[in-house]
Order: sequence, then C-alpha cells, then structure tokens
Amino acid sequence: MSKILIHGAKVLGGEQQDVLIDGETIAATARQGGIDWSATGVSAEDVEVIEAEGKVLLPGLVDLHTHLREPGREDSETVLTGTRAAATGGYTAVFAMANTFPVADTAGVVEQVWRLGKEHGYCDVQPIGAVTVGLEGRKLAELGAMHESAAGVTVFSDDGKCVDDAVIMRRALEYVKAFGGVVAQHAQEPRLTEGAQMNEGVVSAELGLGGWPAVAEESIIARDVLLAEHVGSRVHICHLSTAGSVEIVRWAKSRGIQVTAEVTPHHLLLTDELVRTYNPVYKVNPPLRTERDVMALREALADGTIDIVATDHAPHPHEDKDCEWAAAAMGMVGLETALSVVQETMVDTGLLDWAGVADRMSAKPARIGQAAGHGRPVSAGEPANLILVDTAYRGQVDPAGFASRSRNTPYQGRELPGRVTHTWLRGKATLVDGKLT
Amino acid sequence: MQRHLISAADLTRDDAVLILDTAEEMARVADRPIKKLPTLRGRTVVNLFFEDSTRTRISFEAAEKRLSADVINFSAKGSSVSKGESLKDTAQTLEAMGVDAVVIRHGASGAPYRLATSGWIDAAVINAGDGTHQHPTQALLDAFTMRRRLVGRDAGLGRDLAGKRVTLVGDVLHSRVARSNVDLLHTLGAEVTLVAPPTLIPVGVESWPCEVSYDLDSTLPKCDAVMMLRVQRERMNAAFFPTEREYSRRYGLDGERMARLPEHAIVMHPGPMVRGMEITAEVADSDRCTVVEQVANGVSIRMAVLYLLLGGNEPAAAPIRTEEK
Repeated sequence: MSKILIHGAKVLGGEQQDVLIDGETIAATARQGGIDWSATGVSAEDVEVIEAEGKVLLPGLVDLHTHLREPGREDSETVLTGTRAAATGGYTAVFAMANTFPVADTAGVVEQVWRLGKEHGYCDVQPIGAVTVGLEGRKLAELGAMHESAAGVTVFSDDGKCVDDAVIMRRALEYVKAFGGVVAQHAQEPRLTEGAQMNEGVVSAELGLGGWPAVAEESIIARDVLLAEHVGSRVHICHLSTAGSVEIVRWAKSRGIQVTAEVTPHHLLLTDELVRTYNPVYKVNPPLRTERDVMALREALADGTIDIVATDHAPHPHEDKDCEWAAAAMGMVGLETALSVVQETMVDTGLLDWAGVADRMSAKPARIGQAAGHGRPVSAGEPANLILVDTAYRGQVDPAGFASRSRNTPYQGRELPGRVTHTWLRGKATLVDGKLT
Repeated sequence: MQRHLISAADLTRDDAVLILDTAEEMARVADRPIKKLPTLRGRTVVNLFFEDSTRTRISFEAAEKRLSADVINFSAKGSSVSKGESLKDTAQTLEAMGVDAVVIRHGASGAPYRLATSGWIDAAVINAGDGTHQHPTQALLDAFTMRRRLVGRDAGLGRDLAGKRVTLVGDVLHSRVARSNVDLLHTLGAEVTLVAPPTLIPVGVESWPCEVSYDLDSTLPKCDAVMMLRVQRERMNAAFFPTEREYSRRYGLDGERMARLPEHAIVMHPGPMVRGMEITAEVADSDRCTVVEQVANGVSIRMAVLYLLLGGNEPAAAPIRTEEK
C-alpha cells in the first residue's frame, strides 16, 4: 500500500503541517517536519513526498447534487467521465441524481449506478433514489427497497421535477423516517412556471422570455418546511436560488425545523443580466437570479442558513446548447469549477475561510447524505480522502480541457482563482499535479 | 447604422430619423407607374419564416422586389425544419447558397439575435418578429405613420416625435409590437402610456421608459395616437381576464370611447384586428383608423431598412425627388 507524506500544506488553510498517509488512512499529522516516525511504524525512506508548501489541504469534497446521466444519456456524461470530472474538481464522493433513463426508482437501477462508480474508482458514487415512480409525482417509488439494496440509498429526490402534490410530499417525508432517509426537494411550483425560460423580472420583461418567478420556489419551500415540522421529518432543499427562500429557511431553522439547504456555485456568481446574450449556456433551472439574490445567497452560506454548496452538475451535448434559447436544454456543468467559484465568491471576498469551505463542501454534505468516511477531520486514523488546492493560481476556464464529456460551462474564458492539484480517495491518488491517474 | 436590425432599442434617434426620411423617399416610388428601383439588383434576400405570417412576409417581399433584389421565400412548414433541422443548419444551408440578407420571423425570443451574433452566418440579419421580444420594422412603420399624420409628410422630414403622446392598449405581456414601440417611441421623444389589465402587463415593466395605467377612459383624452393591440381569445382560458365580453367592455375601443379622443388623434392597429374584441367595426372603418395606411407604410419602411443595411452608399431614390420638383 502507498505511503505518502504531504509536506508543508496549510491544513484547512491554517498552519503548515505534515500529513502522513499509510494505505487508506491518515497515519499521522504534525507540525512541519515534526512527524514522529517511530510511533507510526512507517520508515521515512519508504514514503513518497509531496511538496505542498503554500497549498491548502482539505478533506475530499462531497457533492450532494450531480447528474451523471448514465444510464440513458451517455452522449452527455457517463459514470466514468463524470467521476473523472469529480476527481479533477477535488471531489471524493458524489450523489448521483435519479433523473436517468430509466429513472433510478428501483433497486436495480441504483445498484447499477453504484456498481459502476465502484468499478471505475475515481470517486465514490452514492445514488439518489427517485421519490416517485418515473418522477411523475403520483406514486411513491419503493424507497425501502432502494435503501436496503447494495447502494444503500438514503437521499431521495425527484430533482428536475418538484414533488408538488402536498400529500405525496407529506407521505415521503414520513416514510423515510423509518430508515433515516431524507427527501431532497426541487422546489418549483409547476403551474407558476409553465413555459418559464428565465427569472421573472426586469430582464425577462425586456427580453420577452417566459418568467420563472421567485414565488414559485419560495411557496414550495414554505409549504415543505411546514410539512416537515408537522410530521417531524427532515427535508433538504435543492439549489435554493432566491433571497426570499433564504428568509424562509432562516425562519424555519429558528423554529427548530429540521431543514437543510444547498446553493449552487453558479447562483453565487452569475445573474440574469447574462441572459441578455440569449446564449443558452446561461440557461439553467432554477434560473440565474438578480444581484440582490446573489448577495443574499452568499451571506446565507456564510452564516450557515444555507448549509452546503452542491454543483447541480448538469452535462448536455453541444447541440442542445448551440441553438435558440427556447429550444435549449437547462443546466450547466459544475464539478470542475465549483471550488474556484467558491474561492472567488466566498473566500476571496472574506465571507468564509478555508475551514468554512471544508465544512460547506465536505463535512456538511457528507453528514446530510450520510456518506460514511467522507467529510471527516484531517487527523490520524481518518480515511485519507484529501485534496490539495493551489489557491494562489489564477487562470482562464478552458472547457476543452474538461474531464467531463460535456462542455456546457458558463465560465468559458472567465478568469477564476484556485486549482485542485491532488485528490486522494482512501489513500489512492486520483489526481496528481492536476492530471487524472 | 448597424449591420443588423434586431431590436428597436439598438437604434439611435438619428438612425431612426434617417430610416423614416429614407422611407419617405421610398414612398414616392410607390406613386410612380413603375414601382421599382435597381438598388439591390444582384443581391439575394431570403425571407426565413418559422412562424406563419402572411402580411409581414408579403410586405418584406414587396419591399425586396421593388428594390430589385432576388427573393427566396422559406417557410418552416413542410421544410427540413419540420424534420428536426436546427436553426443553425437551416441558416448555414441558406447562406451557402449565397444569401446577402436574412429576414427572419421566429417563435423563439432572441432567435434573430442568436443568428446575428453566434458566428453561424455572415449575412445581415433583419428581425421580422421574434417571439414576444421585438418587431422593429413594425415600430418603425408605426412611427412613420404617426409622423406623417401628426407632424406632416414634408414637415416631418428630419424630425422626431418629441412631445407626442401615444397610448398602447392591450396584451402588452405577449406583444413584441409593444416592446418595440416603447423603445422606439421613447428614442424619438414621444411619451408612451401602456393600458391593459394588470395580468397583461409584464412583471418588471417599471424599468421601461413609459407610464402604465389600468384605466383606458381616463387616458384617452390625453393622447395623440392610440394603438390597439390584438388580444388572442386563448388568453381567456389562461385566466388573464374573465371573459371576452368583460375585456371588450373595459379595454375595447368603440365609437363612444373614440369620441373621447382629441379631434386630431389617430387610431392605430398592427393587425390582424379582432373586430368586436379590442376594436369595433365602427372604429376600424372610421377615417381616424390608420390600419390600411400602416400596411402601405410598412413596404416603404422595409425598403428603407433593406436599402440602408445592404445598399451601401449609392443614392437610393434621391433622383425621384428631383423629378417631382
């Protein structure tokens, strides 16, 4: 088994330390040059030394919201290409959304996705199960069977569609309590968003594109936190995107309701002003909102109202974006740029330190999704799921270099800070000097 | 002038006045026994219509032919588009055949903008109406009609619509005509008021350079021109208003309401009219109503736009004016 000494990295952005990996676990941590070799049973001559002076060492990132597209849309992404993108972006675990073809609404499909992730070995893949059969919102899928399958599903979501029937949502919230599951809601009132193409407001009025009003998200979140309170369940809100949603979640948490929420990197950086280009690379669901929403989301992520960052990595083939706005697919790839966007919007602005980033992008998502062995502290005895980040780096995003099969990034040509140079999944390097192994 | 005409908002005051003045010159061609200029001889223009629109297409076609352009009409129905061909491929196919300008009508807002800015083709792009976004030549022909009627045919040359009060009534939410008119009329110095039930006014209208009112009767005595927008009967089913009759009572223009207008004020409509809904037959057929004039002016405006975008520096109809003198 590999023995690796990471030398001089700033652990969670703090003091420079040495971290020794022995096999799958962290054997020791100490101040720079201070490893007590006799206590570790490892000989200093046997280790591979990674010079990490100046870099930041974080626990491997965990994405609670990834679309891997397999089975069904292998033209846009597969479990292999998606997990390679994940490793490149510093992720050691991703939760694969259920809106595949066929839908991940049975034990068979979730086990297939889980097994593919295990075989490829770039990143742990934890499938999310559909809440309802075929994502149709009418009949509960066999949630218990998916939980008991080899995939051990604990997160359930109809993401892409809202569980809009209040009774179905209530039953799902109640039912998963039996095995400690959580329902992740895609909050979108369907009637209020018929024909919706972008955020409803000043820009949509001018561009003549169908509006996706903030209230369509906020009304569902308000209903669902009240349902969660009523039945004593926990609920997770996917890709929260408006200032009003932040207020509702803040209120719910102050009341002791068990609600957690995620924000995507793109909602922390981009606004609906970009839609003026009619370039569908900016078309996403929920849509890009206003500057005011962006600022509220950043603040909420900093103060903990929003618990985590999740990418909503949504690969699409080129032709689905190289067309007129209304005909284009919704979604953006995000795994390979997420940490850079978070550094740009949260760290470099002083809203969050690197320990905070580790909390929002690793520890908390692992806890919400119950990803065992992920999001753990950087200390002896823990699984060696670690990444090194060159935070001084600045460079332009070049989609041609993506590991993902798709290129639909809104950041093409944009300069962003930070670059993941190394990723270790249980001691095994998946990314070395920015290159996949 | 820019290379494309995508949005009325892209036009400066001087651009717009130049187009209106050029259209006056073009209009004189229509008075001649041979209604043709050699300006675009050897140039090819394609009318690329993804949406049904007989009147706009015919208007462009007449304009193109009067300028001696070679005209290709492409309608999406029964074409490769209905077999799933993309806008990009369709446009590139046409350009490969040597097209100098594309006049595009499309159901998706922004489609002409995409065509002009995505590097798909090099031809000039003229927006003939896109979704609920823009219809700039309609706004230009409306402004042309207003300037002629309210300022004067010759007196209007070189002038804008400063101080004129224009009211647009009806389905603003779904109207590209309304958006284009608000932009252009503002640029030309007119004061615009939108009147509609609140359900048919877009959220975000507060950033538009115009006033908004829900009451037609109080607005009418103060306007120089009132433009009625078509209201599709289907809107009723989506709860934008309770019934056709209620809409008509509150926002339709009938003879009684028309009498509240100042004497010089004109009634406009981009067509096609829904008689009995937003406008009664009495109003539609009255002398104040400029619907037919607007259609004639549409040809002149489209000639002017094609000439200015494609014709370069050659004199257009300048000799004609000399003839008249």
